[in-house]
Amino acid sequence: MDMRIEEHPILGTLKKGKAVKIEVDGKPVDAFEGEPVAAALMAAGKTVFRYTRKRKEARGVFCAIGQCTDCMMTIDGVPNVRTCVTAVKEGMKVKTQIGTGEDGDTSK
Amino acid sequence: MTLIKDGFFDADELKILPGVPSEERLKKGPVVVIECAQQIPCNPCEEACLKGAIEIGESIVNLPKLNADMCSGCGLCVAACPGQAIFVVDMAYSQTEATVQLPYEFLPCPKEGEVVAGLNRAGEKVCDAKVLKVLAPKKFDRTAVIKIAVPKNLGMIVRNIQLKNSDKED
Amino acid sequence: MKEAELVIVGAGPAGLSAAIEAAKAGVKVMICDENQRAGGQLFKQIHKFFGSRAHQAGTRGIDIGQNLLNEVEKIGVDVKLDAVVWGIFSDRRVGIVHEGKNTLVKAKKILLATGAAENVLAFPGWTLAGVMGAGAIQTMVNVHRVLPGKNVLMIGSGNVGLIVSYQLMQAGAKVAAIVEAMPRIGGYAVHASKVRRAGVPILTSTTIKEAKGKEKVEKAVIIKLDDKFKQVAGSEKEFDVDVICLAVGLSPLAELAWMAGCKFTDVPELGGLLAIHNEDMETTVPGIYVAGDIAGIEEASTAIEEGRLAGIAIAESLGYINAAAAKEQKQQIYKRSDQLRDGPFGIGRRKAKEVLISRSLKQ
Ligand SMILES: Cc1cc2nc3c(=O)[nH]c(=O)nc-3n(C[C@H](O)[C@H](O)[C@H](O)COP(=O)(O)OP(=O)(O)OC[C@H]3O[C@@H](n4cnc5c(N)ncnc54)[C@H](O)[C@@H]3O)c2cc1C
Ligand code: SF4
Ligand code: SF4
Ligand code: FES
Repeated sequence: MDMRIEEHPILGTLKKGKAVKIEVDGKPVDAFEGEPVAAALMAAGKTVFRYTRKRKEARGVFCAIGQCTDCMMTIDGVPNVRTCVTAVKEGMKVKTQIGTGEDGDTSK
Repeated sequence: MTLIKDGFFDADELKILPGVPSEERLKKGPVVVIECAQQIPCNPCEEACLKGAIEIGESIVNLPKLNADMCSGCGLCVAACPGQAIFVVDMAYSQTEATVQLPYEFLPCPKEGEVVAGLNRAGEKVCDAKVLKVLAPKKFDRTAVIKIAVPKNLGMIVRNIQLKNSDKED
Repeated sequence: MKEAELVIVGAGPAGLSAAIEAAKAGVKVMICDENQRAGGQLFKQIHKFFGSRAHQAGTRGIDIGQNLLNEVEKIGVDVKLDAVVWGIFSDRRVGIVHEGKNTLVKAKKILLATGAAENVLAFPGWTLAGVMGAGAIQTMVNVHRVLPGKNVLMIGSGNVGLIVSYQLMQAGAKVAAIVEAMPRIGGYAVHASKVRRAGVPILTSTTIKEAKGKEKVEKAVIIKLDDKFKQVAGSEKEFDVDVICLAVGLSPLAELAWMAGCKFTDVPELGGLLAIHNEDMETTVPGIYVAGDIAGIEEASTAIEEGRLAGIAIAESLGYINAAAAKEQKQQIYKRSDQLRDGPFGIGRRKAKEVLISRSLKQ
């Protein structure tokens, strides 16, 4: 599922940075360098970014400006990274985070 | 009342607006219909009309007042209105048809000659409409002005279009 | 410690306009914004703005933003991006984390132009993925060019809810309906008419009852409200949507003003608790100014005027402009602002601003 807006009546044809691949939960995902990780995930149809610590409730992007922490994931082994304000870099390893993700273990 | 409850005009609300021409004037040929009813701080329409047919005056919250005799129906003001509240209607286009010029900012943009659905102010399909002209010069700043032909009795009803192959229809 | 004549927090329309006026007069300005790009809300606003020629009416928000950036660059203002201001301390010291490094800057004058934060609405299921703020949706759709979903239910019929609905349709999504708790549409009728004739129902006296879904939104249940805002049992309706967008108002982002010790007052017409300011936009703490949405939720057009006003007043108080010249420029700004704060939608804000300013005299 590609949710990218290629053509737009006001903004014209999509122009983005360099096309790169990132790894999301072990699977390759197309992304553009420099765009927020959250945008790349959303473009790929991913909407659940983490599960809360106690009740394991699903969370996704809520504010998109780095304020609510709903979009936190584990990136390259570092937990609690706000994906909506973190830029994509080639080869990044992004993981859906369970709880605080402190031990880096995100398996259920 | 329908305007603030439903978001569109009923025929009576429309008639009392100073930007809407009389029925006699409508019968004579192309003229602008300004569906702007609230005193919002705005006046680009006044400046867009080179013929001076639209007057707002010193206080920019005044409603746009149309001097219908000065209006040639040229359509220059349609794309200039940030509220997309201005249309040009020609009730004398032919025996059976009227034309409507309306602002359009969606993709895909229809082509001349294409048959599209004509929608009323509530977004309901009311007829087929033929696209006569698509104007989108740089000056209109990405607001296209589409001229369509519709059955004559719908000249004051049709205010939007929907493309036939658009998946929005369901 | 680093020193600066004027530190501006927030590079939205208010902050940028202040920077331009102050720098033109000769003030050395540093402007900080937490984002990678300046412009604040303007780069999400792809529609044509209202106003008159003096307010760049008919120009799209994105282009007004670009004009401001061009001007800032031409004058040569020091714009620090990726610069979060996290504290204001005594003697006008400003704590900034710029590109990960913490610095403290001592400023002669500070302008807070931090804008607003979105209000949220809690209802059963509101934490599901797919429930998003209107600002988040605008950022994703208009800045990053990604759709958060294909079918959207909009909560709130103020100008934000109406405009974001229209923008979602421009980007190719469907808007199932706009629901509004009040018995009438909140925003401008011209915005409402635009989405109505594109087929989107606006349901007044209606609210969201519940979002349903396992992990993400799959359905939204709405319900009618009676004239006492009580839910009418049995009037539920269900929509298949994958996104629920909250457009339920904004509140001034005023933490830094609290921290600086500014006195506040409640002005509901302008979004709630506000730092009291005078006709020059100066708060009750000398040398600390506010402008834009932080000084009352209004519009970019009014934010620009308030920013200019603060910029001129600051240049005057630093001795770069004489009193007579400043007075003349301010008069023009007051006139343009009054033009915007007029009519049924604006007059309440003008009166509220007058009240706010009158309270500064009592301090
Ligand atoms: C959907 C929508 C449609 C709108 N349409 C119109 C319209 O048609 N016409 C109109 O005139 N207005 C419109 N507006 C309103 C307009 O966008 C705002 O009123 C205006 O942007 C306010 O300007 P500002 O400079 O006060 O704040 P903002 O534009 O919000 O800028 C504030 C900046 O400060 C930054 N910041 C905040 N805190 C800090 C900190 N601690 N450190 C560093 N940086 C910080 C923020 O990230 C932001 O970049 C619309 C708004 C919305 C949401
Ligand atoms: S249609 Fe042409 S002549 Fe008539 S009001 Fe508009 S700009 Fe003026
Ligand atoms: S430009 Fe459009 S919205 Fe503005 S006053 Fe004229 S008709 Fe009304
Ligand atoms: S979505 Fe709120 S912090 Fe990222």
